[in-house]
Amino acid sequence: MQRYSGFGLAKHTLSHHENWERQWRNPTPKKQYDVIIVGGGGHGLATAYYLAKEHGITNVAVVEKGWLGGGNTARNTTIVRSNYLWDESAALYEHAMKLWEGLSQDLNYNVMFSQRGVMNLGHTLQDMRDIQRRVNANRLNGIDGEVLTPEQIQEIVPIMDCSKNARYPILGASWQPRAGVARHDAVAWGYARAADALGVDLLQNTEVTGFKIRDGRVYGVHTNRGDIEAKTVGCVAAGNSGVLAGMAGFRLPLESHPLQALVSEPLKPILDTVVMSNHVHGYISQTDKGDLVIGAGIDGYNGYGQRGSYPTVEHTLQAIVEMFPIFSRVRMNRQWGGIVDTCPDACPILSATPVKGLFFNCGWGTGGFKATPGSGHVFAWTLAKNQAHPLAAPFSIDRFHTGALVDEHGAAGVAH
Amino acid sequence: MFLIYCPYCEEHREEEEFHPKGQAHIARPADPEACSDKEWGDYLFFRDNPRGIHHELWVHAVGCRKFFNVTRNTVSYEILESYRVGEQPRFTAEHPEGRPVETVAAENVTAKAEVVERQEGVKA
Ligand SMILES: Cc1cc2nc3c(=O)[nH]c(=O)nc-3n(C[C@H](O)[C@H](O)[C@H](O)COP(=O)(O)OP(=O)(O)OC[C@H]3O[C@@H](n4cnc5c(N)ncnc54)[C@H](O)[C@@H]3O)c2cc1C
Ligand SMILES: [Zn+2]
Repeated sequence: MQRYSGFGLAKHTLSHHENWERQWRNPTPKKQYDVIIVGGGGHGLATAYYLAKEHGITNVAVVEKGWLGGGNTARNTTIVRSNYLWDESAALYEHAMKLWEGLSQDLNYNVMFSQRGVMNLGHTLQDMRDIQRRVNANRLNGIDGEVLTPEQIQEIVPIMDCSKNARYPILGASWQPRAGVARHDAVAWGYARAADALGVDLLQNTEVTGFKIRDGRVYGVHTNRGDIEAKTVGCVAAGNSGVLAGMAGFRLPLESHPLQALVSEPLKPILDTVVMSNHVHGYISQTDKGDLVIGAGIDGYNGYGQRGSYPTVEHTLQAIVEMFPIFSRVRMNRQWGGIVDTCPDACPILSATPVKGLFFNCGWGTGGFKATPGSGHVFAWTLAKNQAHPLAAPFSIDRFHTGALVDEHGAAGVAH
Repeated sequence: MFLIYCPYCEEHREEEEFHPKGQAHIARPADPEACSDKEWGDYLFFRDNPRGIHHELWVHAVGCRKFFNVTRNTVSYEILESYRVGEQPRFTAEHPEGRPVETVAAENVTAKAEVVERQEGVKA
């Protein structure tokens, strides 16, 4: 792998940037691998990378039906934070946060991780009680967090309407300074390039259409490009996880919903942090290019259509304009949707399944981008050792029958 | 924007007037105390999540406020039918082109008779 550096950039200008090496190969599928990862989103690619890097398992294929990162990974609003309420989820997301902090160096790829702080607003007394409880819980878990007053909020975000006359006045906020945003497609590409360099085969345009199962044990997958064998298969397919589980003959407690986002025309720098409001339901940040990135809520119905409904866009923009009257005349450039796999307790599933050798990493729903490095890291461990990583253990699929749910609903500020 | 037919108001109205309420036709276990953890967990948390034809419950929230069923395709989002609670769908995964109207009507008559019988049982 050609390492990226300032010196390399200067060198390539001499040849008009025409001689950059391709970032990864485009191999033909082999007949057999040690591990197959189904789904080439950020989580799947990170899993493959850590399998190779931390466990020396390099005979790995990532099987992706479309293009790398073309699922939710490059459709999200890129918010990264770790201020979850419960110990189990806080530990998992904070594990990811620590990996984010060194990720660009580790991958030799600029993922543009920007720790510009994330603010979760409270508009009611109950919001404020929940915020205080969550910030206290975070600090007990060694995760940075503060409760801000409206005056402090106004100082950080001067353009926000913090007046008492707002329809839903802002009473305070939680603030995680180490949180922020990262460039989502760079995350997929960075993991892909690093995994490829360690020998992982990235198979794009390859759709898994079934599993090869004998005596309750998986030994490969059927694809549109022929069968591929492996004794260990990890599925990381977000909104399509339920469909894959169906092919393997069991059910998952997931429902797939459209979730949408939109970006505005580029503006001069005006918002240098991330603002989220659960109550009026909207969240916003500004990219380095200048676009405002705005996220909506899910559409309430199940859907696989990768587009969202207009009433949802309208409600989101009402919320944004309520908080930021200054944006009322900004024009929106693009709008799109992803299919998120929501779980009843708003927590992921990182788990073995009724089929031996077949593991699922799914259920991240509306908020899994922030977990990408941590999810890949603990899932790789789980696949390599055929045993749940301690951070993954509470997220086993058994919890829906034992009742040991990790109920992050509402507790986490806002869904994303 | 969906235009949804409310089988009680007997009118097509905009999506904004309705709320989706998840999978339709989920039977509450007859004897919850006798359920195993597996059965109870399945009832509470596991839902159909197909790519394709899906039967779902909607409520006409700012209209008549009644619950009813909708058969919808989760990929094309096409709405195939709306029908009242207690009735059976015409369009199913096995019959995407629709079962004969008479078959469904006959089923619904029987279902209604059973409900009436059960309700009278309760009164007695
Ligand atoms: C609009 C929107 C905003 C969001 N905002 C945030 C946010 O601000 N912060 C945050 O933390 N999270 C956010 N999320 C959630 C986040 O994007 C996801 O949780 C995360 O990206 C999931 O990553 P993944 O790699 O598991 O899934 P994906 O990136 O969806 O990858 C799954 C891959 O599996 C492939 N696949 C599916 N079926 C098959 C098959 N049969 N064979 C082969 N391949 C298959 C798909 O093509 C896809 O590429 C948002 C999501 C959306 C849609
Ligand atoms: Zn009605």
